[in-house]
Amino acid sequence: MKVRVLVSFKDSVLDPQGQTVKNALHTMGYAAVKDVRQGKVFELELEGATRKEAEALVPEIARRVLANPIIEKFEWDILKGR
Amino acid sequence: MKFGVVQFPGSNCDFDTYHALRRVMKRPTVMLWHKDHDLQGVDCVVLPGGFSYGDYLRSGAIARFSPLMQQVKAFARGGGRVLGICNGFQILLELGLLPGAMIRNKNLKFLCQHVHVRVEDARTDFTRAAKKGQVLRIPIAHFDGNYYAPARTLAEIERNGQVVFRYCDADGRITAEANVNGSLGNIAGIRNKEGNVLGLMPHPERASEALLGSEDGRTIFESLLLSLERRKTAPRPAARKKARHD
Repeated sequence: MKVRVLVSFKDSVLDPQGQTVKNALHTMGYAAVKDVRQGKVFELELEGATRKEAEALVPEIARRVLANPIIEKFEWDILKGR
Repeated sequence: MKFGVVQFPGSNCDFDTYHALRRVMKRPTVMLWHKDHDLQGVDCVVLPGGFSYGDYLRSGAIARFSPLMQQVKAFARGGGRVLGICNGFQILLELGLLPGAMIRNKNLKFLCQHVHVRVEDARTDFTRAAKKGQVLRIPIAHFDGNYYAPARTLAEIERNGQVVFRYCDADGRITAEANVNGSLGNIAGIRNKEGNVLGLMPHPERASEALLGSEDGRTIFESLLLSLERRKTAPRPAARKKARHD
């Protein structure tokens, strides 16, 4: 099974990199862009995991390693397999 | 007293720190490899600056899983002195020995310059050779030194008096301009509630000899010597009283 985990800053945390990208977009004339938040994508290949197991495993990995819960939030979905 | 400097792949201030402790402070100092399981009987563990594991994932995020860090965690929980400098501070945050987290500097620049920090508390084991309000001139060199903690945590840190150093101007004023990386509350260094663990972004080992432009960093090492070597000879009533107060 292949899953994708998206990690990004919590809304309450300033994202200096996202701000800079937004400013660059404004400089280029993309005035419609109201805000930019930057994050990280992880694709995990899980061997022999059922959907139920993945539902326990992936959030645990995200909380313990991939994201720092003090500043970051995460969401995940299954890309392949079930 | 004996110091131990932990080496991770990517540490690059390990030998500077060793030099400051061994040759400048003239104390026995050993290098501790991150894969070992033995702290070799040191009295104080120093996590040096650098880019452990290339800062992959987040600064300090991988180093905290090293076998030796589990020993360091137990050592700290048992009251052992742990000093984290720059990347070492980031590791202590990721490890959960200190509250909060680091995000990228507000201007997205890698900052490598001398800064001024004000000693907010001169009663800690890391600052007792200083005076409260004393301004130290020590260099910083980091990308992720923008200290962040959720509002409730920040209030708790302030209430407990855990902020040990704040970025300030040369006269000790806490200003927005002096806050080079955007840290909440101009925070440059904090301690844990118990007071045996300290993390700071400035590099005291780079300011320990006149030749390097500043000796202010020595204050931190001198404080540790004062705290630990005095303690060993005879526990003073004052020291016990302070422990209770903390």
